[in-house]
Amino acid sequence: MTYIAKPKLHHPELARNKVGHTRRDYEGTVSTLCAGCGHDSISAAIVQACWELDIEPHRVAKLSGIGCSSKTPTYFLGNSHGFNSVHGRMPSVLTGANLANRDLLYIGVSGDGDSASIGLGQFAHCMRRGVNMVYIVENNGVYGLTKGQFSATADRGSKSKRGVINNDEPVDLSGLALQLGATFVARSFSGDKRQLVPLIKAAVEHQGAAFIDVVSPCVAFNNHTGSTKSYDYVREHNDAVNRLDFITGRDEITADYEPGEVVEITQHDGVALRLRKLAPDYDPTNRIKAMNYLQERAAAGEIVTGLLYVRPDARDLHAYLNTIDTTLTRLGERELCPGAVALEKVNAALR
Amino acid sequence: MKRIDAINDFVVKFANVNGSGSASANELFARAILRMGVPVSPRNIFPSNIQGLPTWYEVRVSESGYQGRRGGVDLMVAMNPQTWDADLKEIEAGGYVFHDSTKALTKSRLRDDINVIGMPLTEICNATYTDPRQRQLFKNIIYVGALSALLDIDPNEIERLFSEQYKGKEALLQSNVKALRLGRDYALQKLGGPIGLRVKRSNKVGHRIFIDGNSAAALGAVYGGATVCAWYPITPSSSLAEAFIRHCQKYRVDPATGKNRFAVVQAEDELASIGIAIGAGWNGARAFTCTSGPGISLMSEFIGLAYFAEIPVVIFDVQRGGPSTGMPTRTQQSDLLSCAYASHGDTKHVLLLPEDPTECFEFSAQAFDLADRLQTPVFVMSDLDIGMNTRLCDPLQWDDTRAYDRGKVMTHAELEAGRDFGRYLDVDGDGIPYRTYPGTHPTRGAYFTRGTTKDRYARYSETGPDYVDNMQRLLRKFETAKTLVPKPLLYPAERPARFGAIFYGSTSAAMQEALEVLAERGIHVNALRVRGFPFQDEIADFVASHPWVFVVEQNRDAQLKTLLVNEAKVNSARLLSVLHYDGTPITARFIVDQIAQHAAARMVVPLKKVVS
Repeated sequence: MTYIAKPKLHHPELARNKVGHTRRDYEGTVSTLCAGCGHDSISAAIVQACWELDIEPHRVAKLSGIGCSSKTPTYFLGNSHGFNSVHGRMPSVLTGANLANRDLLYIGVSGDGDSASIGLGQFAHCMRRGVNMVYIVENNGVYGLTKGQFSATADRGSKSKRGVINNDEPVDLSGLALQLGATFVARSFSGDKRQLVPLIKAAVEHQGAAFIDVVSPCVAFNNHTGSTKSYDYVREHNDAVNRLDFITGRDEITADYEPGEVVEITQHDGVALRLRKLAPDYDPTNRIKAMNYLQERAAAGEIVTGLLYVRPDARDLHAYLNTIDTTLTRLGERELCPGAVALEKVNAALR
Repeated sequence: MKRIDAINDFVVKFANVNGSGSASANELFARAILRMGVPVSPRNIFPSNIQGLPTWYEVRVSESGYQGRRGGVDLMVAMNPQTWDADLKEIEAGGYVFHDSTKALTKSRLRDDINVIGMPLTEICNATYTDPRQRQLFKNIIYVGALSALLDIDPNEIERLFSEQYKGKEALLQSNVKALRLGRDYALQKLGGPIGLRVKRSNKVGHRIFIDGNSAAALGAVYGGATVCAWYPITPSSSLAEAFIRHCQKYRVDPATGKNRFAVVQAEDELASIGIAIGAGWNGARAFTCTSGPGISLMSEFIGLAYFAEIPVVIFDVQRGGPSTGMPTRTQQSDLLSCAYASHGDTKHVLLLPEDPTECFEFSAQAFDLADRLQTPVFVMSDLDIGMNTRLCDPLQWDDTRAYDRGKVMTHAELEAGRDFGRYLDVDGDGIPYRTYPGTHPTRGAYFTRGTTKDRYARYSETGPDYVDNMQRLLRKFETAKTLVPKPLLYPAERPARFGAIFYGSTSAAMQEALEVLAERGIHVNALRVRGFPFQDEIADFVASHPWVFVVEQNRDAQLKTLLVNEAKVNSARLLSVLHYDGTPITARFIVDQIAQHAAARMVVPLKKVVS
């Protein structure tokens, strides 16, 4: 039995957001993942981000594929519809759901096996199409549920718990997302909530394909010496290019910064992102430079994190397909069926 | 020499090179005969290739209205030197070959029992046109003009078709008319006018329409309220998605905003296509994908998910010759079993089996109601013969009072009123649970959809009783489906019959002709056309009431027979298979031969009777 309800009791003075919910209202059932799993921190970050953004939980659809990461939608947003689909195929299911009802917020949760191995194709094409969604990969470099085989994001030369060395080149999902036209690309670390929560918030606000690659250590199979996805390794090699502190228009600016330290990016829907620069020359609106930077730092053994790229004038699949503003699911016979008179004309033209 | 003489009952076959623009000229030929009130049934026989390989267009002219392939050719329009020898062999003795005589043929390459009509088409074109493309395209129109003279087709009908086709394009209209007359005049003056095959004006077409199955199915999807289509190009189903786009651009653009009331995605593969359709179905849209056999294989995992998680989705399978890449441009009915049981584990799926474009339209629209009502994948099993050939069939009909059946969907009001919601709870005893659309209610009705086992309230559960309970409910739901899918149609023999025949889909046209021919020969057969799966009791009753029942189908392994034995629990000893699977559409001649042979063997008087 892996379904455990959480007790509903909570402190009566727990803070409520603008839509009247406490943070607890954004939780799901008790996690059945291993104690210390990075994925649980990501679930907590999603809960925090949605609460802070005053999102109505039932207006979110959370979709996933198969694997440890894909189990996590059960552990957050219990009042949202969830869909645990087929291994590697969350992107297509989410694309269809999004086409049917553009009014919901779509969060897709996947893992490195799910998105970089079996589902690499669907990941790529979903980014290409610009599906308006938050695509989070909980990236730990191993298959957890099947007990510790390397996944396609494992670095060449990294060592498995059983002592096997990985000889294959890793798939860099952030690099691919950049190349394939994702309009929001970030990388983060499950152990850095201060970085991750604002990134998720910004991804939610972004009107297009928003991808976040979150390095999320597997405590059971990939947290040992020789692994490049362990807590220790990631902390030692984390090269954060910026820190997203605010989303203006929602949060007040409370800290002071030196001139030149902050960059502000206004997106076409008016939402502005305020970034504190950590790498002095890093420009997150320059896709080519971002790709170069990622490659350079990766060659030096570092893991670049932060908001890697955002395209301020992003559009989404609905814009490309010119679909009507009303969700397709609200259309009835009157809007959809051309009727008997039109059919008679069709018949007449076929004689 | 013998000369075939026939009025309104013959077969003309055009042998062309694909990419030469012959298709539209050949269709013009067929339509002109239709306009004279004489039924025709044309078929494209084409290779898996774009340009340069042989392609054929076979037109059966039949006053009796037979739509199946007849077999044999009375007039071969031999425009492809590559296939000359083989084409010539197909002509019936006393038949005709029409060819381009610009280059003289040696006698050894001809047959002495057929009538040869040579016309220097290339020479005429070269003398008339300077542009190479025009020479090529108008050559086709010129031979249509010549054929109109040879077969006594009213040229005014052809010119009327031109004026409809080139409305507002005066130059194109005039140049086509000119080419047509050029060919016709030449044939009248130099070829001796009409031959033994004639088209005589009749009134046998009536109100029927001329449409291909894929266009009709796509229109059915528009009428049935489909809003999301995801597809991956594959012959012979691509034209279904393309027709859907075309129909939507005509009927589904919001006049006020110019925005689309539909969304079509050409996906990266069949897996994504079905995934998108399932995602849309889950969220409450009517969604479909269209594919052929290889696509079904690829989609199988997802089909199992939709079955087990109970998500409505419509899948059009326009079947072609399998297995593997098989015969991509030839027809078969060989996906029946792979669709009925698609995916791993215990699964069964609803199938609709249309016989022609009219039923493609009807079943397509109905499929969306059934998918919503039954919350499961519904297959519309068409094939290349129906899908990609223009067929004379009954007009399409729609009742404006018809409302979409969206099935059991629990609303915000019902949830608010405190109605118990269990996603997999069988409230009504028909095996169909209620569902909610995502985003319906802030605190009630949300659930987790998964391909893993769960209890009645959609909670993950691996316990045996929960699993069995759910699987049994799915069986009850399949029983309910029996009452909803189209019933089989009985075609009773005119006299008491010991033989029965079961058939479905594109076999229908040839079958109906075969039944008439058999009756003339004294072999009386009651026939039953199966139109849906799961099978209703009528089918088992039909088998039980005949000592022998022929099961006529277009695959090697007798897939319908297998399904009947398995699912309708009929006695397999009574079933005799008639199987046609060479990739060409089944013919009445083939069915008659097979059934007559079987019948002869079974009409021998038993030994006991002879002795006594």
